[in-house]
Amino acid sequence: MVKGKKEWQKPGFKLFLMTVPLLVMVFLFSYMPLAGWIYAFYDYRAGMKLANCDFVGLKHFISIFNSPVKLHSILRVMKNTLGISMLNIIASPLPMVVAILLNELRSVRYRKTVQTLTTLPHFISWVLVYSVAFSMFSTDGLVNQVLMGLGLTEKGVNFLADPNHTWLKMWGWNMWKVLGWDAIMYLAAIGSVDREQVEAAQIDGAGRWKVIWHVEVPALLPTFFVLLLMSISNIINCGMEQFYVFSNAMNKSSIEVLDLYVYNQGLGSNQIPYATAVGMLKSVISVTLLAMANGMSKTLRGESIF
Amino acid sequence: MSGKLKGKKKRKPITLTDVILYLVFAVFALICVFPFYYIFINTISDNQLVGRGQISVLPRGIHFNNYVEVMKQRGLGQAAFISVARTVVGTTLTILGSMFLGYAMSRPEYWRHKLWYRYIIVTMYFNAGIIPWFLTMKNLGLTNNFGAYVIPGIVAPFYMILYKTYVESIPASLEESAQLDGAGYLSRFFRIIFPLSKPMFATIAVFTAVGQWNSFNDTLFLIKDSKLFTLQYILYQYLHEAERLAERMRSGQAAMIAERGSTLTSTAIRMTTTIIVVFPVMCVYPFFQKYFTKGIMIGAVKG
Repeated sequence: MVKGKKEWQKPGFKLFLMTVPLLVMVFLFSYMPLAGWIYAFYDYRAGMKLANCDFVGLKHFISIFNSPVKLHSILRVMKNTLGISMLNIIASPLPMVVAILLNELRSVRYRKTVQTLTTLPHFISWVLVYSVAFSMFSTDGLVNQVLMGLGLTEKGVNFLADPNHTWLKMWGWNMWKVLGWDAIMYLAAIGSVDREQVEAAQIDGAGRWKVIWHVEVPALLPTFFVLLLMSISNIINCGMEQFYVFSNAMNKSSIEVLDLYVYNQGLGSNQIPYATAVGMLKSVISVTLLAMANGMSKTLRGESIF
Repeated sequence: MSGKLKGKKKRKPITLTDVILYLVFAVFALICVFPFYYIFINTISDNQLVGRGQISVLPRGIHFNNYVEVMKQRGLGQAAFISVARTVVGTTLTILGSMFLGYAMSRPEYWRHKLWYRYIIVTMYFNAGIIPWFLTMKNLGLTNNFGAYVIPGIVAPFYMILYKTYVESIPASLEESAQLDGAGYLSRFFRIIFPLSKPMFATIAVFTAVGQWNSFNDTLFLIKDSKLFTLQYILYQYLHEAERLAERMRSGQAAMIAERGSTLTSTAIRMTTTIIVVFPVMCVYPFFQKYFTKGIMIGAVKG
């Protein structure tokens, strides 16, 4: 610290002043919504002023557990959320497998082409994924045409309106969207595997699979564990857009995940305080899970995720 | 990877495993790309044949009339304009805001550096939830106007970290000479640092642009005025109309609707809009792949 100069005369303070508008924006869009949690404690209705609403304390929190209807829907929604997240967690080694196999392709050009083509779904929105799904799997989509052409079905089946296997379908669409992209992360990690180790193993007579199993997989495991911990801590955060876009009257009960439920209750049925209360519990649980995941990473690997 | 390795691999004989690998990845790539091809050939084929489900591998009766007709649909041209505008304006603002903040945060002399850095980073790990966010946006007057699309994203903490890390890798001596000449922070940023950070600029620009183009939730939550609807939102509406229509057709209530199919069917509108929405993304993303990889690698390290 240079003595003699006042704090506000230092260049660092000028720099700070230049960024004040940006810091204010962070406050407005990230910190201010926290103040919105207050709505969970009032009998607020859209269009009213908060000052004119009754303070009701924990009423909306208690109602989650006291009202059988609400408890029932919360349990259903939690089942959907955890079910879909679990499917994604179970499939989390897949990108690593894809990356290892991609690395085994001899032609670099072929590998790059595959990489480019398979990352395309990652860059399109869920609305577009739904449009693709519609063109393929709706009553007069391609799949039904093929099935009818083969004489397997007589009438088209609308797979999208069908309430069965919703979790699996949602998992499948998510895989289609992210698999190619997630593999890139591991591919970059394979690139940094120690070449000398691979060559030493080959000289010792290790074949392709042995090299993969004894050299590459161990090198990728740290990346895998970090990503696994992240997805476990995000288990109740499976997003809303995908499920909103794919939902319809038929599959509503099995597709409604926590975020979609909060949206439907808050903006669909206009129960803002109740939806805020549910969302608040969700935020607290996910921050706790994140902290736990970080703590686990610290004890297991000696370094934190963040 | 290394050229030495490539040379070695080439001399090995091709085994059955290699053949299987090539086939598996060909199928994987096909699954990812074929649906887009299928939709595309349906938009340029004879609408009558499309209606009867006879186009599946090759286009027949090629015409581009659907594209002309769809752009004449009410609201679609306007939606295209809004989508392009939010992508251009939003991306510019995010680049300026997040990159300048990243630059500022890379300077250790920043006033109370540690405190403010944490103040920004922490926001990545908590989330008040969608309802409080919606109420905040409403209280700030960011509903039913264009600002709702472009203002909230100006400071993106993740891009800020990416850029800060990048700027830290630029030798400090480059900036010091300009500093001795008396150049202030702004002119040093725009004249020295910014031109040196093209790869990171490209990464952030494409990520943001694709994000803006694809954004759907903000229209759903914040916009009621149909003049401000984006292409994504309009496409969603078409899809759900089409779904309802299909249900009614199945129950035989709306046989006549299928009849007007000679000019522009709902299928044609839906598919053509889909291609229009996919097209810009498809053009942009392959060229930036090396930047993307670089970007996520830095992200993975700093995460």
